[in-house]
Amino acid sequence: MFSTFMAHAWIVATMVAVVAGAVGFFVVARRAAFAAHALPLGAFPGAAAASLLGVSQLLGLVVFSALGVAAIARLQRGERREVASALWLALSLAVGTLLLGFSGQYVQSIYGLLFGEVLGISRGQLVGVAALGVVALSVLVLFARRLLLESLSEDLAGAAVGRSSRLEWVFLGILALSSAIAVPVVGALLVFSLMVGPASAARAFTDRPWRALAVSVALAIGTVWAAIALSYLSNWPVGFFVGVLSAACYVAGRLHGGGVAQAA
Amino acid sequence: MSVLLSVPGFLANEPVRVALAVGGGAALVCAVVGCATVMRRQSFAGHALADVSSAGGSAAYLLGVNPLFGFLGMAAAAAGVMEWADIREARERDLLTGVVLGAGLGLAALLLYFDATVRSVSGAAVTVLFGSMFTIPASIVPLALAVAAVALAASAIVHRPLLVSSLSADLARAQGIRVRAVALTHALALALAVSLSAMTVGAILSTALLIGPAAAALRLAKRPASAVVFAALIGLGATWGGIVLAYESFYWTPGHGWPVSFFIVALIFCAYLIAGWRAGRAGVRRAPHPSGCEGT
Repeated sequence: MFSTFMAHAWIVATMVAVVAGAVGFFVVARRAAFAAHALPLGAFPGAAAASLLGVSQLLGLVVFSALGVAAIARLQRGERREVASALWLALSLAVGTLLLGFSGQYVQSIYGLLFGEVLGISRGQLVGVAALGVVALSVLVLFARRLLLESLSEDLAGAAVGRSSRLEWVFLGILALSSAIAVPVVGALLVFSLMVGPASAARAFTDRPWRALAVSVALAIGTVWAAIALSYLSNWPVGFFVGVLSAACYVAGRLHGGGVAQAA
Repeated sequence: MSVLLSVPGFLANEPVRVALAVGGGAALVCAVVGCATVMRRQSFAGHALADVSSAGGSAAYLLGVNPLFGFLGMAAAAAGVMEWADIREARERDLLTGVVLGAGLGLAALLLYFDATVRSVSGAAVTVLFGSMFTIPASIVPLALAVAAVALAASAIVHRPLLVSSLSADLARAQGIRVRAVALTHALALALAVSLSAMTVGAILSTALLIGPAAAALRLAKRPASAVVFAALIGLGATWGGIVLAYESFYWTPGHGWPVSFFIVALIFCAYLIAGWRAGRAGVRRAPHPSGCEGT
């Protein structure tokens, strides 16, 4: 489990979990669950296009994530936001299958990209993931207070009013970067699980935002580590464990939060 | 243009006829159920049901039963869980939806892995997730049309109370409407619609057929009834148009055709964009459009 060929997997998965846990906290606070589900899927055709053109997979993922941000931000203007996300993600998936069909490496690539594949991560990929992860986290740190304040003031106002569109772009951009690095490891369909499960549980364990952020990151790392270990031992797909363990985080948070609410 | 020259040949092809029948039924049901879903702002829930139903589809391959039963069983179970939890607060509902979706997809990953290893059905992942209309067995058609009829009947029965309770639950209660029963019926109709759509364009693309035509129609129509008619026309046009194009595509790239689902989703997306453009122009000419307070 800790042999050299698994070393890259552990390192990359840990970096992905740190970013996903941190970004997930803001996804939950800003009620952007659907956008967080749609953007990784928007990145999916990027991997297919990259393999068709023979360029780096990460580059394809980043380019298509950026396209997704532009499309969702543009389509949701004065519209039902979830409709924009729904249609964009369906279109991306459809384009992705078309491109993979052309490149002739259909079934395995689709399965790996959708449900995750921790093995076979190259050194170059590792450096790319680390660099993009650092960028995503620094932008997040830079805007963290404003992003949090905005979602808190929305809570007080009771609706999504006065949302700054510049901040929304920054947020979607961070989301896109973290999607791009997480898709090859956790899979396009389950990146979102890793963002939402730990973060929603963290909220139930503490009232303080920064502590909740830390708990969210810790839970995400725990989820990914457990998923890789279980996947290694059982030979079952890593995506299964990520999905189920993230759901378990949420349930644990609900049970804990329910107890607190009744006691109060 | 080969199809247009050989319409009888196109229709004599049995897989094509099956695809036209199942796809047409799915498009009609999705139009009706989709309009209510978009108006109730349940797009995410509809999408989650679709994704979760992929676990049912993969289980069906594992057990060797009709995939439609698999999609149906799983979608209905997920709809039941989400209605049973009955969470008022929008944020919590979104989170729960997301978590159910994640768990369902995780399960799908495992079942598809078993499909490939235990049963050696290697194409199951693609068929379940992205659909493959031309491989639907003809024996499914009566069942699919029956499911479509049940979903349409259920929607017809609850459409008025559903409309009232979508606007205001309190108002609906004051009128003696059993809000929860109505919501549950709608959720079941949604599960039926999603399963049919999953048979047609695949589980994770079925949102497009459910949400796309309805959202486009709601941009164009002023009243719910005309929105349903527009949605049905757009859905049927996209589905049947997609089948024709996919059939044609065998001549574009010799050797293999393009996926039907790709054409259907792309046509729906175009319809949505065109509807937005038209609605935008109409809005400029008419009166101040109440946009801006629409987004949540």
